[in-house]
Amino acid sequence: MASHDPRANPADSYLLFGIAMPKVRMITLVVGIALAITLPFMVSNFAVFQMTQVLVYAIAVLGLNLLTGYNGQFSLGHSAFYALGAYTTAIMIDRYEIEYYWTILPAGIVCFIGGFLFGLPALRLEGLYLALATFALAVATPQLLRYEHFEEFTGGVQGIDVFKPDSPISGLNADQYLYFFVLVVGALLILGAWNLVRGRTGRAMIAIRDNPIAASTMGINTSLYKSITFGVSGFYTGIAGALGAIVAEFVAPDSFTFFLSVWFLVGMVVGGLASIPAAIAGGIFILYMPNVSEEVISLFFGNDPSAKALIWVAFGLFLIFTVYVVPNGLAGLIRQGIAKLARRPGA
Amino acid sequence: MDLFLQQTLDGLATGAIYASLALAVVMIYQAIDHFNFAQGEMAMFSTFIAWQLIAWGMPYWAAFLICLAFSFIGGMLIERVIFAPIHDAPVLSHIVIFIALTLIFNALAGFVWDFTIKEFPSPFPDKLPFESTLIGPHEFGVVGITLVMLGLIYVFFRFTPVGLAMRAAAANPVSAALVGISVKRMLGLGWGLAAVVGAVAGMMIAPKVYLEPNMMLGILLYGFAGAVVGGLTSPGGAVVGGFLMGVLENLAGTYIIGSELKLTFALVVIVAVLLFKPAGLFGRVVVMRV
Repeated sequence: MASHDPRANPADSYLLFGIAMPKVRMITLVVGIALAITLPFMVSNFAVFQMTQVLVYAIAVLGLNLLTGYNGQFSLGHSAFYALGAYTTAIMIDRYEIEYYWTILPAGIVCFIGGFLFGLPALRLEGLYLALATFALAVATPQLLRYEHFEEFTGGVQGIDVFKPDSPISGLNADQYLYFFVLVVGALLILGAWNLVRGRTGRAMIAIRDNPIAASTMGINTSLYKSITFGVSGFYTGIAGALGAIVAEFVAPDSFTFFLSVWFLVGMVVGGLASIPAAIAGGIFILYMPNVSEEVISLFFGNDPSAKALIWVAFGLFLIFTVYVVPNGLAGLIRQGIAKLARRPGA
Repeated sequence: MDLFLQQTLDGLATGAIYASLALAVVMIYQAIDHFNFAQGEMAMFSTFIAWQLIAWGMPYWAAFLICLAFSFIGGMLIERVIFAPIHDAPVLSHIVIFIALTLIFNALAGFVWDFTIKEFPSPFPDKLPFESTLIGPHEFGVVGITLVMLGLIYVFFRFTPVGLAMRAAAANPVSAALVGISVKRMLGLGWGLAAVVGAVAGMMIAPKVYLEPNMMLGILLYGFAGAVVGGLTSPGGAVVGGFLMGVLENLAGTYIIGSELKLTFALVVIVAVLLFKPAGLFGRVVVMRV
């Protein structure tokens, strides 16, 4: 009997509206996948483009969440890894005429190495100091990308144009094709992250987050795991950057400022720490929240361009609100809701 | 040689700005063990207020003083309203709140005063009282004002009862509370003072870089670099580190890397110091008990 299996999660025996929890999760997953596949055929091309962008952000937020949510290290510098991935792809496509689908993995690998190397010193930089070092990285990145001696590769201030791939499948237009391309890559990455955090490595990551001293007493090589986590996090964010370059059809230094890192942080905090679905919620939030608040603001201020700045004020206030009221983000809120509604069988 | 002296003296002038920001960062770090990532935007916002007062026709020094008073109250309010309730919250919550404040101040300044660059007046005369080709009048004035301010802060912390109480509250909050010091009030006071120091830095740098909402990001980075070089546990060290960073920035820019990689230079300095001498030049080595 399942209930006597010592490995079984006791929460799995609970019922939500009379349905067993594992089944609830399965239904959510199936509905989610069905929506992800059917939606692009029902909405406009622009909406498909936005959904693609959501997926790109979600991958980047997932990368940051692996680092912060599961391993307890802070980064304000993930815009730099995103930029590194985006430029790797753009340079490979533009300068070396490599097909776009061959550039995604190399971009990820370059960022894995970049992340690992930046993570190595991170062994000595506890918490706050790491935040400071990554803050410096994010602030310095645009200037580095503009640097004239790299201009041959990076295109300097101008950046690089990337052309949107044509759809090889008849029945899908270019936007829809790109969406499914990003969706497949994203799904693979989510699967990878899910396996990673449930396995030995994931347990080590979480142990280091919760109590580094106890973790090292248990024989976990904390320095190695911290660096590897930084590398994996860079890998995810780099791939997001690579996909983002193809989706935006353009890379330029000013797209990768410190404020991009802030976006990822916002997405992670609002979605919720240490949760994979939360990354998708975070991606949705950072794409649609500015649009929605822009509409609300234009109701009050008309088309005054400086009123757009109020979006960021709203973002900031929302962040503070989140930290105060829902510190576990949307994922925590849903978990709480389920815990309230779920009933023990027979109760 | 003239170029070298010129660049060094000019570096001391920007170094004075970095020193002020480094001091502000260290004051808050001492009080609550966190880096105030919003220090630069707070200073920028204060500077905009001074600009507005001057634009309304107020004389410079009156605007200067009112701006300082406003910054002091603003700093205290931020501590009391936003940070006091989450005093024991995890590090990430603090970082997120600092980032949120950065966003809010940056965007609010853009909303109220828009994002175009503005001229900010220099309060100093056009000519130095002595002949010199090595340093400009504004730079000379900046160094002077900063040194006066740092002197006042030193006297305040060293010779007044409130200063002593503030140092006690930062060094050992529990014991300080036991001898009757209101640690909460001292925290607020520390925030207010840090905001004032930042506001002076903002008003002194604005004539050089022009006033706009994004003007402080790079400057704050150098302020952090100064604080790290000097040592985060040592206010005096942070000031020295700030001056040092100003001079190094100019000399590296003139002789080694050119002006285009200045932020990268700060990044390298920060990472290098944190790696090889995390306590900085004058800081105390913090030993953690397991």
